Amino acid sequence: MMIEVENVSKAYHRDSIEIPVLNNISISVPEGEFLALMGPSGSGKTTLLNLIAGIDRPDNGSIVINGTDISRLNESQMARWRADNVGFVFQFYNLLPVLTAFENVELPLLLTRLSKKERRHHVESALDLVGLGDRMGHTPKQLSGGQEQRVAIARAIVTDPTVIVADEPTGDLDKVSAEEIMTLLERLNTEYRKTIVMVTHDPRAAEKAHKFMHLDKGELS
Amino acid sequence: MFVLRLVLKNALRHKLRTSLTILGIGIAVMSFGFIRTIVTAWSAGVEASAATRMITRHAVSFIFPLPLAYRDKIARIPGVDQVSYANWFGGNYKDPNDWKNFFPRLAVDDETYFDLYPEFLLSTEDVEAFKKERNACIIGAKLAREHGLKRGDLIPIDGDIYPGEWEFVVRGVYRGKDATVDETQMFFHWQYLDERVGQTQPMRVGNVGWYILNVKNPDEMARVAQEVDAFFLNSRAATKTETEKEFQQSFVSQSSAIISSLEIISIIIVGIILLVLANTIVMAARERTREHAVLKTLGFRPFHVIGLIGGESMLIAIVGGALGLALTFPVVGGFAESFPTFFPVVELQIMTILLAVAVAVFAGVAAALFPTIRTLRSRIADGLRAVA
Repeated sequence: MMIEVENVSKAYHRDSIEIPVLNNISISVPEGEFLALMGPSGSGKTTLLNLIAGIDRPDNGSIVINGTDISRLNESQMARWRADNVGFVFQFYNLLPVLTAFENVELPLLLTRLSKKERRHHVESALDLVGLGDRMGHTPKQLSGGQEQRVAIARAIVTDPTVIVADEPTGDLDKVSAEEIMTLLERLNTEYRKTIVMVTHDPRAAEKAHKFMHLDKGELS
Repeated sequence: MFVLRLVLKNALRHKLRTSLTILGIGIAVMSFGFIRTIVTAWSAGVEASAATRMITRHAVSFIFPLPLAYRDKIARIPGVDQVSYANWFGGNYKDPNDWKNFFPRLAVDDETYFDLYPEFLLSTEDVEAFKKERNACIIGAKLAREHGLKRGDLIPIDGDIYPGEWEFVVRGVYRGKDATVDETQMFFHWQYLDERVGQTQPMRVGNVGWYILNVKNPDEMARVAQEVDAFFLNSRAATKTETEKEFQQSFVSQSSAIISSLEIISIIIVGIILLVLANTIVMAARERTREHAVLKTLGFRPFHVIGLIGGESMLIAIVGGALGLALTFPVVGGFAESFPTFFPVVELQIMTILLAVAVAVFAGVAAALFPTIRTLRSRIADGLRAVA
């Protein structure tokens, strides 16, 4: 299994109040899977995605990704693990506005030992793959929402990660752009065998996934 | 390299805000440097004091005279190498309400005074010309420059402590051995003063303002002071003998409230610099909460975040500090020109420059501290949800 989540629970604390978000969740995702997590707001989808991506920690249970129990990693190990294994696609793209498309995609590669020439090659390949080879010098302000998300996808795949996590990747896009993004993610899954875990509210986006999971009040239903 | 590039791009993201912050820091650093320079100028006399010179004055106050007869008695105290004397003359030159016309006027013993002050550089010809003429005077080079005076010119003084119309002929111009020497003074013959006073106020004849003692060994100063003062303890004018530095310090301490106020203001300025910069950096870090979270998500480490926030703070602080220092030079120069004789030695010292740089660097580090800690402590998931 690529992703094994076992008996994971998570609660947030606001002042002295404990708010349970995930309750004893267990899921298994094989390599090359395209999983869509669905559910109403506040159901814990994004929290589960964050736990799988290693940007949050469970209160209980274990999360094993490609043989590594990430719940046992310290902050420093976790940061390195994320850089090596996970590609992130966010709802609001989260590109750095002062950097060009090329520089944004290059960001994860700056943490590797690749030479400048090698980095350039990887970035150009990733931007070509998302169809933005001719927009490398453009800043996010000079791109449309759909193009920004494609740059974000290029940034997510440029390190050739094991898993791609996408949190509402079409949530901020019009219908046409959303369709383009979903086609791109589907292509990454089918052609490049990337394991994708996607959180979405959009049933049309979820149709592209192979498997659906529905979360409600912190439990799988 | 990436961090440096991003620091520069971030700093230029809000050009107006960054420019105003740099300008604010620049003005504050300039004010800091300027105030420190005034404080230094105030105590320039203390700094310029000689290690072997002592002053003997009236025990009650500097304004009471001492008999000339004390000279020989002081000279016989073991350890005293040379003795000279001087008198504060006062008086008004031209318009007394113009600061430029204020400069120290001293009646001195023409035979010994300049031997005790080797820092006043005088040509032999000037000294000879001065000694030959009863109402001759020697003036400092800066004073000569300010008033366009040259050898042979007359300086009319309207006497106050010593009433009457006085006229002195410039026969010599001295230069200071270095920048710390006051070049705004005027010296004339004590004998001339004594003779003129004798004509109208015979009771005031034979008095001097203070004695200047040159001791052979600075280690003996305490003993010499004790012996001189003990010698005159039961005389009609008891004395107080102290090192020249202490004597000068007593003048400065009369203005201690002003100096303390200036020092407090300079500390407040450091606080203002810090607040101006901290405000900008806190705002910038808050606006970039989500960007920092994204960088952490991608695997960037705490030192990258420290570099980004701290680097921007340091960049603004250093550019602002450099601007402030660049402004300080002309401001101090302009001030020195406006009060050439009131503050005879106005110099932007290396220590002041180093202090100003240190203040800017301190502000850069301190302003980044709180936003950096907050960013490092915040959870990535919270940062990703943040709205700029």
